[in-house]
Amino acid sequence: MNTTAQTSRRDFLKTTAITSGGLLMGVPLLTFGDAQAAGTLHTPSAWVHNADDNTITLLSARSEMGQGVYTSMPMLIAEELNVDIRRVKVAIAAPDAKLYGNALLGGTQLTGGSTSVRDGWENLRVAGAQVREMLISAAAARWNVDRSELKAENGTVLGPNGKKATYGELAEAASKMPLPVKVSIKDPKDFRIVGKRTKRLDTPAKVNGSAEFGIDVKLPGMVYAALEQCPVIGGTVKSVDAARAKSMPGVIEVVQIPDGVAVVADSWWRANQARKALAIVWDEGAGATLNDKAMLEGIRAASKSGRPLPIKAVGDAPAAIAASNRVVRAEYVSQLLSHSPLEPMNFTASYANGKMLLIGPTQWQDGAQGAVAKAIDMKPEDIGVQTTFLGGGFGRRIDLDFIVQAAQISKAIGKPVKLVWSREDDMTHDFYRPQSVHQLAASLGADGKPTAMTFRLTSQSVTGRVFGLPNEVPDDLMMEAAVAPYAIPAIHHDAIKHDAGLRVGYWRSVSHLLNAFANESFVDELAKEAGQDPYQYRMAMLAGQPRFANVLKLAMDKAASRPLPAGHARGIALMEGYDTYMAQVAEVSLDASGAVRVHRVTVAADPGRMVNPDTVEAQIQSSVVFGMGAALMQEITLDKGRVQQTNFHQFPVVRMSEAPAIDIILVESTEKPGGIGEPATAVIVPAIANAVATLTGKRVRKLPITADAIKAA
Amino acid sequence: MSVTFNLNGKAVTAQAEADTPLLWVIRDELGMTGTKFGCGMALCGACTVHVNGAAVRSCQTPVSSVAGKRVATVESLSGTRNTHPLQVAWIKHDVPQCGYCQSGQLMSAAALLASNKNPSDADIDAAMSGNICRCGTYPRVRAAIKDAAASMRKA
Repeated sequence: MNTTAQTSRRDFLKTTAITSGGLLMGVPLLTFGDAQAAGTLHTPSAWVHNADDNTITLLSARSEMGQGVYTSMPMLIAEELNVDIRRVKVAIAAPDAKLYGNALLGGTQLTGGSTSVRDGWENLRVAGAQVREMLISAAAARWNVDRSELKAENGTVLGPNGKKATYGELAEAASKMPLPVKVSIKDPKDFRIVGKRTKRLDTPAKVNGSAEFGIDVKLPGMVYAALEQCPVIGGTVKSVDAARAKSMPGVIEVVQIPDGVAVVADSWWRANQARKALAIVWDEGAGATLNDKAMLEGIRAASKSGRPLPIKAVGDAPAAIAASNRVVRAEYVSQLLSHSPLEPMNFTASYANGKMLLIGPTQWQDGAQGAVAKAIDMKPEDIGVQTTFLGGGFGRRIDLDFIVQAAQISKAIGKPVKLVWSREDDMTHDFYRPQSVHQLAASLGADGKPTAMTFRLTSQSVTGRVFGLPNEVPDDLMMEAAVAPYAIPAIHHDAIKHDAGLRVGYWRSVSHLLNAFANESFVDELAKEAGQDPYQYRMAMLAGQPRFANVLKLAMDKAASRPLPAGHARGIALMEGYDTYMAQVAEVSLDASGAVRVHRVTVAADPGRMVNPDTVEAQIQSSVVFGMGAALMQEITLDKGRVQQTNFHQFPVVRMSEAPAIDIILVESTEKPGGIGEPATAVIVPAIANAVATLTGKRVRKLPITADAIKAA
Repeated sequence: MSVTFNLNGKAVTAQAEADTPLLWVIRDELGMTGTKFGCGMALCGACTVHVNGAAVRSCQTPVSSVAGKRVATVESLSGTRNTHPLQVAWIKHDVPQCGYCQSGQLMSAAALLASNKNPSDADIDAAMSGNICRCGTYPRVRAAIKDAAASMRKA
């Protein structure tokens, strides 16, 4: 792969070769921070790049989008390599699914599903241990001593009689040693890095403007593109008159690509100004009639006519409910949402001499390579991908549309080009979190507890859209948290897939949010019908679920330790997601306008073993705030196929003045690591919904829970 | 047109249409990319810079309006030395997640502390609520501002 044409960027380096499983390959690396040391680089594995000047670069195969993998992935390697985590450099891996694929996501090189630590937990420690052993072998050969006399500590191999050599001094010889197949890794009680609160390695660059995001990429000779896409997603260009745009200042070219018309100019502002002068006639296509209310009615109709796919059934719940004279039924509705990361979609592409270099923010490296290869008929091996920092992901950067567009524009003009979407482009051309309708029913026994429960989810399958999962095959990612942990003698849970016509995408916490909103709202409604306290009601049904019961008690005890001011109410919710067990208590009131104000959120989480507890806390804080927006203020609507929200005045995001105090209790655990980037996003939503119902006596079953929705309830 | 102003202590001259937002002049023409584009409508604060010491949204500031004025970006705080009290506090609290909004957060906070050495929670809300953080780092931003203010009062 020849990607060295643009090496003038200060932090771009090309390794001469990586030896991995006998494979010799050139791999471009992107690193951040200081300029690379001058030393010669030796690469004993795909994960550790060791230079003879003692610069050690550890690779993250996952994209850094705020969730902390730029630190947590290297921590796992460094634990076994025995190096100071504060002194390593970090690089994001190039696409190579054989080396860097995510076993929890089908082997593709994708960052998502709160999988990074879970997938890397053992693999990365083994990778670190392998290189440590290679360094020891190199020292043993150099000093002609037995390996058992040597140990590797803090970047140095120590031998008998005070012999010592730094990893850098051993780098070249170590890189020629065979990769050991079997290595021993530490018992967790001996960890010195993993599990310790560790400062993020990317913070210094993120407080002075030097961290490089996709939008900051510069290449020699680079030009800028703004892209006009059909206001109806999926529409195509019938005709375009670009004469006026071409005459505007700075405009270099106007290029038509399948998704629209790109104006290329010597600055992005000029490109975007000229774009407004394009006269385009669109074929709006099949999406031109979409509106969100009709879409929702379509989903509701499908909930009766569609083919149910089983989730879980125990006993004969429908019969038990039919026979009962004490039945609670409820329908819950979740809205369309955009991801709206703060960095709008963008990518830089450089096509020259039959090779393509792509640089930017993506959650899916080999997906980008494959999609561009297919779109412009190139071989994947002729396409390089370098990953910058991501200015937020939340699932949006799993999709590849903007990368393909940049590549198509660069190929058309034969120049390096940076495509940047406006905020309006980003909000109106997302892959949206799908709507959902949940129909739940339960019969209650003499003790008020459910004797049977049915649950039907009807929604659109994101996995069908992204990965082509056939319609008749259950989508596991729709069924997350669909079955709550409560002891109920008979249950019947199923799901119906319905394509509502709008393109949908994975959105932080995916279906956990939809299902937890329904399940945890419903259990509160059952408690109310039974005349019981929602906390005690849940607890009584959690026998045999110690991790759930523990987090629920911890959260409730902590929240209840503070007096509840007049006019405030608390709501609780719990969920397991990504192998993490969590309970939240939200304390709310209504402001003068009748809008919900969240004062304090108490979170107890049992995520199993943690790599960086401070990052675990940060992700919980982040997810609570992110989920609050979905619970209270955000909704995407469509009219005549056009997304109606164009910027943050219409799709509000929680702001400083609205952010709650967040108390977090982390459970120390020896259970396997759980994911933490997403679950709290889901749990906060029913916690707020339940608090509002307790406060107002009115149950809002459709998101978002706005002042108007409460008044209308 | 040609516009001359002072950027982070140095005189610079930009060649741009008069209505070009200062943001794009700083980023694309002058090549300083610490200041970010988030919304283009002064709704998110990612583009916050100082003009004559006041925090402004550079995406809605025509370059012609800063002729002869002092413009400061995040790069002015201490270069990459990270010695400004806010940067020290940001690192201590590990504030950033994705990091994209943080240049704007820091510049809004710097303007706040320049006029208020002991900001209350309400002062912080008022000064910082124009800066969206989609990652929700607000609790740490708040803690770091208070920490930085305390260290500036001691200094």
